[in-house]
Amino acid sequence: MVAIHQTVRPAAPPARGRRRRRVRPATVAAFLAPALALFLLLVVTPILVAAYASAFKWNGFGVPSDFVGWDNFTRAFADPTFRGDLWRAFVLVALSLLVQLPAALGLAMLLNQPLRGRAVYRLLFFAPYVLSEVTTAVLFTLVFSPNRGLGDTLSRLLGAEAGAVFADPDTVLLAVFLVVSWKYFGLHMVLFLAARQGIPRELTEAATTDGATAWQTFRHVTLPLLGPTIRISVFLSVIGTIQLFDMVWVLTGGGPIHASETMAVTMYQFGFRRFEVGYASAISIVMFALSFAFALVYQRVVMRRDTEGAVTTRGVQG
Amino acid sequence: MTAHLSRRSLLGMAGLGAGAMLLGGCGGDDDGGSGGTQTIDWWHIQNTEPMLPVWAAMAKEYQDAHAGVTVEIQPLENEAFKAKLTTATQAGSPPDLFQSWGGGVLAQQVQAGLVKDITDDVAPWIGSLLPLAMQPYTVEGRIYGVPFDLGMIGFWYNTAHFERAGIGSPPATWAQLLDAVGKLKSAGIVPIALAGKDKWPGHYYWSYLAMRVGGLSVLQQALEQKNFDTPDLVAAGQRFKELIDLQPFQKGFLGAEYGSPDGQAATMGNGGAAMELMGQWAPSVQASSSTSKQGIGDKLGFFPFPTVDGGKGTVTEVFGGGNGFAVGRDAPPATLDFLKTLLDVANQRRAAATGAVLPTVKDAADSIKDATGKTVAATLAGATGFQLYLDQAYPPALGQQVNDSVAELVAGAKTPEEVVKDLTAVAKSQ
Repeated sequence: MVAIHQTVRPAAPPARGRRRRRVRPATVAAFLAPALALFLLLVVTPILVAAYASAFKWNGFGVPSDFVGWDNFTRAFADPTFRGDLWRAFVLVALSLLVQLPAALGLAMLLNQPLRGRAVYRLLFFAPYVLSEVTTAVLFTLVFSPNRGLGDTLSRLLGAEAGAVFADPDTVLLAVFLVVSWKYFGLHMVLFLAARQGIPRELTEAATTDGATAWQTFRHVTLPLLGPTIRISVFLSVIGTIQLFDMVWVLTGGGPIHASETMAVTMYQFGFRRFEVGYASAISIVMFALSFAFALVYQRVVMRRDTEGAVTTRGVQG
Repeated sequence: MTAHLSRRSLLGMAGLGAGAMLLGGCGGDDDGGSGGTQTIDWWHIQNTEPMLPVWAAMAKEYQDAHAGVTVEIQPLENEAFKAKLTTATQAGSPPDLFQSWGGGVLAQQVQAGLVKDITDDVAPWIGSLLPLAMQPYTVEGRIYGVPFDLGMIGFWYNTAHFERAGIGSPPATWAQLLDAVGKLKSAGIVPIALAGKDKWPGHYYWSYLAMRVGGLSVLQQALEQKNFDTPDLVAAGQRFKELIDLQPFQKGFLGAEYGSPDGQAATMGNGGAAMELMGQWAPSVQASSSTSKQGIGDKLGFFPFPTVDGGKGTVTEVFGGGNGFAVGRDAPPATLDFLKTLLDVANQRRAAATGAVLPTVKDAADSIKDATGKTVAATLAGATGFQLYLDQAYPPALGQQVNDSVAELVAGAKTPEEVVKDLTAVAKSQ
């Protein structure tokens, strides 16, 4: 990696310098305008409109007029369902970070070994990621269908009675997590695998020569060099969990009795079912604020080294 | 029936986030009656056989007979329709003719000035419809929509299972129903199929019990006085709790949908349960979602919701609803003439003949083919009172709260007292 940087660098600075001098503000504006217009129209405007609507009690018809200030937000944070959403988001994030990502990492390391049929395994583990969330969810409702599903049949063959996992408030969140993991661990596995293959053989060989055990090599050479990718995986995982909707909606609709409801599901319920658009907007603003704050802090603190390119720039590009 | 199945079906809800909510519905088109040509933008939810081609044929015939009128049909899946209509109405551009269940949602649209007051336009011919059917579409004495379909909720039961459990005649009182549940359980039969995930099937029990305990007007009164914390409504919850405590539902019912291959209708259609409390569409959905595609055939019986001892309600007061059309505020004049054509006797007979519609035009009742449809129509014809489904009759926020709260009661997470307190809180916030 170091070698590559050195060969590229000598040519780069003068070229960059010249280009910078020639660029005129008008040109910048002309090239920036289309993307900026789309960004303003499709990203910034909806955020502003939602922020505006969140200060009103509004059923979505006509123009909002019943100004309530922060009421929608205080209501959300007092509502057991929404507080439950926050707790469930926390649980899902924790499970993702402690179970899903380590599993994906372990599998990636395994599939990096010279193994018969390695490509086939990689393909198999990555395959679920290609399915859409809705397809995945429909598939698993069929598998875990309590009276005639595959899960029920298999467990009966094993002499056990399978519980209806999606129908029990105590198990439903874990069941949802497993389905989400089934779909997404392949993505993280491929990311880790790619990063692992980017680590030069010389480094691990050097460690082995110095007498490091396999674990020591992994712990002190491989893992630190995977750092940028792991940090990106954590980032994707957390943001994805905060916004989780499709899968939950089709699998459980958020039930039974809100036991698997997420913020996005609650927002949908209020916006499209109850026509309390002001309140739903407030929830969406909270979701936005959480994601935004997390992204900002995470990038500033955790990914600082990656953005500065101290170890490698791979993480930033991936 | 197909119409209702698709209304309730929950499939196909792909990610509709805040962005879609705020951005959807941009670009409504203008089609006033200028010049000689008029375009009627028509959204309906009969997006499957058998009604889909029937509506299309009626629209085509109308176009052929009226030069200069074009009917643009958008058949939509039920949930997709609701989401699309929400964005369209929020943008202030409703379609010209669109599906409506009447009640609280229609009232909100009326308040927002999105639908046309058609009282005077339909006055010459509206008398041909069942007066009962008009109730949900009448807001403060004015008519804002016309129903083409009307039905009711009642118990559909498997006569073979009842026989095996030694139940002589269908239960006429709540006590007899609880007794029948006990007998069925002893005989090793699942007494009741329920779709807990969908929530709305559960609200039928609570609502009917409220009507039987407190009388027909109790639910309307609670809405008007914004108070559900009354002895009658607590008692309704307690009666329902008596049933829930007997654990009469199929395994995994809290996760079951209504129309899925393992859902409430399929459980009934495959003979896996003895009863379900469901609307007039139940026989057709049982058949179509059963493994044999036939349902339980002539073993299917119907009995009205039982009375409660000491209650003020009678067995002839029905809980139900139907489908109809509302007219958008910018609809061209031909829309009303088209609506009239859709609801003439000949077209209502055609609709009724499909088996998917129970006609609202009195003279079309003779076209109902199947026996169960006839039973429901006869019960409706003899009804002494009518209450629309609460998730339609009430403003949406309250209607959904009824579904949610009753689901919590069913799951044992809330008591009957807590249910009425939650409902009151939401009613007061409206």
